[in-house]
Amino acid sequence: MDDQKVRAWEAQCVEEQLPGCTTNCPARLDVRRLVGHVREGDFTAALAVFARSVPFPAIVSRICDHPCEAACRRGEAGDAIRINALERACVELGKARAARRPQGQRRKKRIGVVGAGLSGLTVAADLAAKGYAVVVFEAAEHCFHRLLSWPAEQLPPAAVAADLGALHALGVEFRCGTTIGESGVALASALEQFDALYLGVGPVAFHDPLFDSDGRIAVDPVTFATAHPRLFAGGSHRYGGEPYSPITSLADGRYAALSIDRFCQGASLAANREPQGITPSRLYTDIRGFAPLPAVVPADPRHGYTAEEAIAEAQRCFPCHCLECVKACEYLKHYGAYPKRYVREIYNNDGIVLGNHKANRMANSCSLCGLCAALCPDRLDMGEVCLEARESMVGKGKMPPSFHDFALRDMEFSSGEAFALARHQPGASASAAVFFPGCQLSASSPEAVGGAYAWLRQHIAGGVGLMLGCCGAPARWAGQAGRFDANAREFTANWQRLGQPEFIVACPTCQRMLEKTLPEGRVVSLWAALGAGGVPGAPAALPTRPLAIHDPCTARKDQPTQDSVRRLLAGLGVAAIELDGGERTTCCGFGGLAAFVNPEVAEATIRRRIGACDADYVTYCAMCRDSFARHGKRAVHVLHAARPDPGFSRRQENRARLKATLLRTLWEENMPTEEPPLDVALSPAVAAEAERRQILLDDIRTVIEHAERTGEKFVDGATGHTIASHRPISVTYWVEYEPAGSGFTVHRVWSHRMEVAADGQP
Amino acid sequence: MNSQPTAKPAPELVCGKCNRKLEIGKVTVSYLGNRFPVELPRCPACGLVYVPEDLALGKMLQVEQALEDK
Repeated sequence: MDDQKVRAWEAQCVEEQLPGCTTNCPARLDVRRLVGHVREGDFTAALAVFARSVPFPAIVSRICDHPCEAACRRGEAGDAIRINALERACVELGKARAARRPQGQRRKKRIGVVGAGLSGLTVAADLAAKGYAVVVFEAAEHCFHRLLSWPAEQLPPAAVAADLGALHALGVEFRCGTTIGESGVALASALEQFDALYLGVGPVAFHDPLFDSDGRIAVDPVTFATAHPRLFAGGSHRYGGEPYSPITSLADGRYAALSIDRFCQGASLAANREPQGITPSRLYTDIRGFAPLPAVVPADPRHGYTAEEAIAEAQRCFPCHCLECVKACEYLKHYGAYPKRYVREIYNNDGIVLGNHKANRMANSCSLCGLCAALCPDRLDMGEVCLEARESMVGKGKMPPSFHDFALRDMEFSSGEAFALARHQPGASASAAVFFPGCQLSASSPEAVGGAYAWLRQHIAGGVGLMLGCCGAPARWAGQAGRFDANAREFTANWQRLGQPEFIVACPTCQRMLEKTLPEGRVVSLWAALGAGGVPGAPAALPTRPLAIHDPCTARKDQPTQDSVRRLLAGLGVAAIELDGGERTTCCGFGGLAAFVNPEVAEATIRRRIGACDADYVTYCAMCRDSFARHGKRAVHVLHAARPDPGFSRRQENRARLKATLLRTLWEENMPTEEPPLDVALSPAVAAEAERRQILLDDIRTVIEHAERTGEKFVDGATGHTIASHRPISVTYWVEYEPAGSGFTVHRVWSHRMEVAADGQP
Repeated sequence: MNSQPTAKPAPELVCGKCNRKLEIGKVTVSYLGNRFPVELPRCPACGLVYVPEDLALGKMLQVEQALEDK
């Protein structure tokens, strides 16, 4: 797989993007996680999240200017979450972890901090924790002098004392009442005592030769460096005094501390920094499903939220996630994460040389239906990812043979002598158009194919040829590009022999494959060709009650076909119920051969679709219709009535019979006569088992014929049944049977792919 | 797969050709280029091997899938 493509795919998935509450917080507090802990009633864990981003939790929980709340999406459905009030609840109700201690290894470098406000003391706290010797200079008599302007009931002295206590525990040295600058110690001489100096001097002009004539100093907005290599600055001096933003000052201190640490270690200040400060959020969240809710108001506003009130407030958080595709797709839901992770897992799986390929099944369980791309804000298509992975697996010889063998053998059958055909209309030597009904409608309803072909011959002048065969979809879905191309070459040659007529196709999957195979050819749907002329045989077949239209996933982007079918149904007087419309339709579980690789996911997919509406369904894909029927949903095809799913064996028989019947009735030719097949009888339960185990009646016949011819079989003394096996291909089939009349009754069937040989035997 | 007996003898089964009761014997199973010795019921005369349904769909399937993911 191409790693640049992989990176582009990963970038398309926004689920890992941070929500607005975090990207609108200068300190990038993980609000979603904090609120999540509160929702669970775990205030201690919530406080730990808070303290990780905010070194002064008691103070900030009281006075934060909380720009986060302005970005809270809940604000579009009621009031924004009262994040700052929840922070206060965490501080008051959570158990603080042990105070921060300096790390064991002390550093030799000394750092000076000028100004004991939020930015300066954040620098002091962060660098002291890293083991630096830190000295804080403050002109006023106390740290946090500016915070005295807050009323004590909002910011009680105890809160300030608590946070300062933690700072003392870090061993920071304070020199309050010491003025740096013009009226005290010059900056240049202060700088001589330290390896680096941080200035958090507040909004007012600061007079010192290192500052300009207006008393300002230029600061890099990312690194917080100044023109002087050992001098850093931030806080309200940088961003201006009004309005004062405590959280911005604190964040400045944090980013400056990072720079100072890097500077002391001789590392680049600017390289590889995480996103800093306020940025727009790329996370998409659909909030249409959320009813507006007002904020929880504390019973006693002075005391803030009680635990119960805080939990109730936190429960209003959605929380913000995208997951648009995951919510709609059983496959994406099944693996418990989201596309960005899946892309990575599939890519890593692709790169494994020695070891277990843990994502083989994942890459092959997607139905390639395109719903994720239709829902994704950035149009990421997991089907594209999975298909590329499959082609790569096939290319490396790493595709598990058991995944697609059965479906590819079915494709071989359809492209083979038993079914394939390419003819002009009987009696004609040219074709204005050629009808390609596809293998699945032929398998499901051969008489509907005959009816549609008769209608086309009657209504289209210039001759309508007939092509039977396979469009190549199974090969494409299985990642077998070589087989797809070989099929396409044969297909193209047949089409050219017919004079390159326009294609009329009855299956939307065939239509997509033919568009790929014959980019120069014209392909129209049977439904468009029928126009307003009605549907052959349909008026009798379609029920008169309202029907819900299921658009096949391969018609998702094919608006003309969707419209043609709706016009046809309207012409027939069918009252149509829309499910989610064509663009948001879902797979029936067959697409991408997912049902062969992951029956559990395919089953969930179809159950979900069936559950979408109580009405009977009408569709125009034979596979969709048969999948619905197999799961007990009454469903009709535009061309034929409700009926049971024929099952794999009958599908092949029906195709062969269709060809033989058309040859006999239209071209007056007979297929070479074959011996009548061995008569085998299976109870419905055994037949269902055989279907699930992907064992065809023909496989069963082959085993019995082989056993009866060679005598290679076992006899069960208890039941008298015969048990025999045969390996006609890369699968060994086992059948337990007994003679019954002129044929056999089959009791059990099973298979394995391993080869078995007795030691020392020829 | 290990070389422990993976299936009980099937005393009721008799080889259709040799009319002999099956006995547990050494057998080689192989898949995707990997070979394992196992013990399975087989005809003591002609060596025809019996793979019971529960083995084929249980342990054997697990090993097939594990090898496919190698």
